[in-house]
Amino acid sequence: MLILHCPHCDRMVDETDLHAGGEAHVKRFGPGSEAEEFENYLFMRENPKGVHFERWRHVYGCGKWFLAARNTATLEVYGTYSAQTTEPPQAIRDAISAKQPGWSWGTFQ
Amino acid sequence: MRLRTNGRLVAKNRPVHFTFNGKRLQGYSGDTLASALLANDQLLVGRSFKYHRPRGLVAAGAEEPNALVELGRGDRQEPNARVTQVELFDGLAARSQNHWPSLEFDVGVINAKLSRFLPAGFYYKTFMQPQAFWKHVYEPIIRASAGLGRAPETGDDHTYEHFNVTVDVLVVGGGIAGLAAALAAGRAGARVLLVEQTSGWGGRAVVDRPSIEGISAQDWVNATLAELDAMPNVDVRLRCQGAGVFDHGYALAHERLTDHAPKQGGPRQRLWRIRAGRIVTATGAIERPLSFAYNDVPGVLLAAALRDYVVNFGVAVGERTVIVTNNDDAYRTAIALHDAGLDVPAVIDARTSAKGELPEQVRALGIKVLTNSGIASVDGGKRVTGVQVCAQDGEGTVTETIPCDCVAMSGGWSPVVHLWSHCGGKLVWDEPHAFFRPDADRPPLGADGEGFVIAVGTANGHLFTAEAIADGFSAGRKAAKVAGHTRKPGQAPMGDDVAEDALTPVWIMPAQAPYKLRSKMWLDYQNDVKVSDVQLAAQEGFQSVEHAKRYTTLGMATDQGKLSNINGLAVLSNALGEAIPRVGTTTFRPPYTPLPLAAITGVARDELFQPIRKTPVHAWHDAQGAEFEPVGQWRRPYAYPRGDETAHDAVTREVVNTRENVGLLDASTLGKLIVKGPDAGKFLDMMYTNMMSNLAVGKCRYGLMCSENGFLMDDGVVARMDDDTWLCHTTTGGADRILAHMEDWLQCEWWDWQVYVANVTEQYAQFAVVGPKARQLLQAIGGMALTKDDLPFMQWASGQIGGFDVRVFRISFSGELSYEIAVAAGQGAAFWDMLVKQGEAFGLMPYGTEALHVLRAEKGFIMIGDETDGTVIPQDLNLNWAISKKKDDFLGKRGQLRSHMVDPDRWKLVGLETVDGSVLADGAYAVAEGVNANGQRNTQGRVTSTYYSPTLKKGIAMGLVKHGPTRMGEVIAFTKEGGGFVDARIVDPVFYDKDGEKQNV
Repeated sequence: MLILHCPHCDRMVDETDLHAGGEAHVKRFGPGSEAEEFENYLFMRENPKGVHFERWRHVYGCGKWFLAARNTATLEVYGTYSAQTTEPPQAIRDAISAKQPGWSWGTFQ
Repeated sequence: MRLRTNGRLVAKNRPVHFTFNGKRLQGYSGDTLASALLANDQLLVGRSFKYHRPRGLVAAGAEEPNALVELGRGDRQEPNARVTQVELFDGLAARSQNHWPSLEFDVGVINAKLSRFLPAGFYYKTFMQPQAFWKHVYEPIIRASAGLGRAPETGDDHTYEHFNVTVDVLVVGGGIAGLAAALAAGRAGARVLLVEQTSGWGGRAVVDRPSIEGISAQDWVNATLAELDAMPNVDVRLRCQGAGVFDHGYALAHERLTDHAPKQGGPRQRLWRIRAGRIVTATGAIERPLSFAYNDVPGVLLAAALRDYVVNFGVAVGERTVIVTNNDDAYRTAIALHDAGLDVPAVIDARTSAKGELPEQVRALGIKVLTNSGIASVDGGKRVTGVQVCAQDGEGTVTETIPCDCVAMSGGWSPVVHLWSHCGGKLVWDEPHAFFRPDADRPPLGADGEGFVIAVGTANGHLFTAEAIADGFSAGRKAAKVAGHTRKPGQAPMGDDVAEDALTPVWIMPAQAPYKLRSKMWLDYQNDVKVSDVQLAAQEGFQSVEHAKRYTTLGMATDQGKLSNINGLAVLSNALGEAIPRVGTTTFRPPYTPLPLAAITGVARDELFQPIRKTPVHAWHDAQGAEFEPVGQWRRPYAYPRGDETAHDAVTREVVNTRENVGLLDASTLGKLIVKGPDAGKFLDMMYTNMMSNLAVGKCRYGLMCSENGFLMDDGVVARMDDDTWLCHTTTGGADRILAHMEDWLQCEWWDWQVYVANVTEQYAQFAVVGPKARQLLQAIGGMALTKDDLPFMQWASGQIGGFDVRVFRISFSGELSYEIAVAAGQGAAFWDMLVKQGEAFGLMPYGTEALHVLRAEKGFIMIGDETDGTVIPQDLNLNWAISKKKDDFLGKRGQLRSHMVDPDRWKLVGLETVDGSVLADGAYAVAEGVNANGQRNTQGRVTSTYYSPTLKKGIAMGLVKHGPTRMGEVIAFTKEGGGFVDARIVDPVFYDKDGEKQNV
């Protein structure tokens, strides 16, 4: 059972108090988008063994969504951060690079 | 048999009475069921699973594979209890399992005679053909013979509880390494929990008695416990097994509180849910059996287990014990038996020489030591009568026969690495000791990327006192330091050891044993897997250890291979010509031993299983004898039967009365979400398929919500409260889900939009007053103006009715004149009572959810969950009128433009009327011509809602039918429950008041 830091409450939270929301940083494509763009938005997801970015909601707490950078193989958590961003903050990227030099995920590295 | 020497744990002045298979027996306080059975010479305790061979005790702890019994009766019945872990108490009743008709005489033993026809993979080979046999012959036979023990037949009324704790350091195992770890961490100031699965501290040390810090192991254990008990930051628990280790330092421990003392009050068991900074596993090691022919005859057991029985309980298995070993440690058993006055005719040592301190001590006692020797075969059926000795490096030519009634074997030790491995800790093969031990460089990682499990002592491969205790102490100190507790814990305790010579790995005894012997060497006692079975699996291509396990069932019994895994994979490696570490182990999974479901459940049963949500009028519904149905976590009245009415009669009456007089519905469960802010209108235009931003203040509009896939997910009436406030009604089950949906989009996509969402579902009671006399009733009560002109259809207003502050919505889900009235939840019951009382003169009757369904179906109104199932888009339900064409974007708009969504062949909503007036079956399919590729009948539609309409006095239904709306009047066939077909005509889904005149008066 994972334990993650809720950036809004500034406390460690058990997975039982959280709701997993799938991949982070998915860009929405609406009306006017090409079929392939829409397919990618709706269905295509990363499935890495290693660095991954996820959405979590502190559902039995503050109710806020936040994002987590995590290693799916080692379960190490590199950091959690606000959901109000379109890309991982530099501090998070640096924390990942310190442990996993040369990592990449989607268009991020 | 009970020895004259005293066991350390038993009190001979306190006899305890118990029964085994109905036979009255006596033990002493402090006995386990295992030791008490041995004391009564009850060697035969069970039958093996496959061949029903007689089975005796092999071990003295959690690893026991054979001695599984059923305990207690009625609400205390427990199957598959290991007698080695059951503490004796007065009145204990145990029964053996897996035999018929009796333990002594079992007809299933015929399987053993057929053993050459029951090889590894027998099931896979045999039950393949003929296919038709599976259902009627093979499956019933396999099911009848599957499983050990019997599931309890009655409920269990005992209390089970959960503890949720957070600690700096969890120490699993109360042997000397675990105690040393707890001591160091405790002295450093860390919050420590130390758990031990047995009822006593000290592990092997208090049996084998090395000295620690210059005093006896027992004295050191006592002193250490006293110090731990005095520390407020340390908790210690006996009878508490560390059951599993999970992600990020989460662990489960299972404490048996009163299983050994059923008359004591309080909970029976407790599940500890622990979040630990570091977990120190001091789980010890398990002795390995040796694989020689007939090593499963009762009376053959592990050498250290026999020592436990002699030293702890003062019981022995026999008068004359032959010891067979590949290491020095087993010589301790020879000494213990000799000290107890028992005969040891020989120690059979597979090594070419045995010159260590312990073998020399044994020789000095006058006991014969035979080196380069092994057991060719054990004599005896239900009990050992002798052993045939051979050369270990030969083929089993018998050199000597030694009469005896007990055989104590030792094939070396395997560290208990389960908890280390549960969450991904890796192992390394230790060649000199011939065991897998934790690889300290590859521990399971926590959230911080650091290893969070530290294996210590024998569980870490340190078999000697000095290194085990130092290892534990150092780990305890390190674990405390991680949590910021840096007080110096002092020096590590010093242990003292007798030097031991190295073991020689022995996987088959004798090394060149022919098939005849190998086919009688048991690896897995419970599942009857033998050396020859594993070799056959290898020969047949099952090279992966995971495949070989499943093919042979090695390690798949309730003991999960605690004794058999390493021996089995060594045999597999040899058969494959691979090194043992290359073959690897199977996966260790939690729990360490099976956890009772009751302990996992805890208090989450009966009324605490799931919280039930009740409306402010719930007590009134209950008092009226309403039949409730669950809707999400709510309980809603299904109908209010009167007198000896059936539910169906009640529904009919409620529908008719609502259409003719006035009905009253408790609609409080409908979700109510306030959406407020400068951007609320823009936001709702994205959430709903229709336009909400242009809804005038004071007006209501029915709206649809879709997922990005385009599928209809919820519906409800939206009311504009003021310039920047909307009130969105959701379905009963939808409030929390839709709130989360809205929050997701607001927080994660449009976080710069200024919108608040609040769930006010439970702040209001809401009642629908429905029917042609609804207005008369409300006007008679008196209050705000409610005429057609004052409050037209699809508008709302605030005011007072009968002195209550209310908000009234002119909306209708029944097609009748209808007022939905919201009052503060605290006023709900009083307002309802007033409506009921004043309604009497107008023929008011409450109606339940089933009448609501019938009323809406008669009007052709859709219901989320009936007409929708997650694959239906609004266009399928002819709801195009509620999908804005003016908006550039809303959730689902792009999805609904995909080719499959605009396919003209999609099934669409129609009404259905059976030709004979009967009621269609719910979910029935409309059949089409021909069959599909699987030979199944083609379909062209299905029923989504179906009811008997009291208004029309016949069955009515809605359904989705291919090209339905263009096929009005056509008759198609639907499947019937139990077979056959019924004809139904495709009609308009609005069966009643097609022009909507009644709701708009």
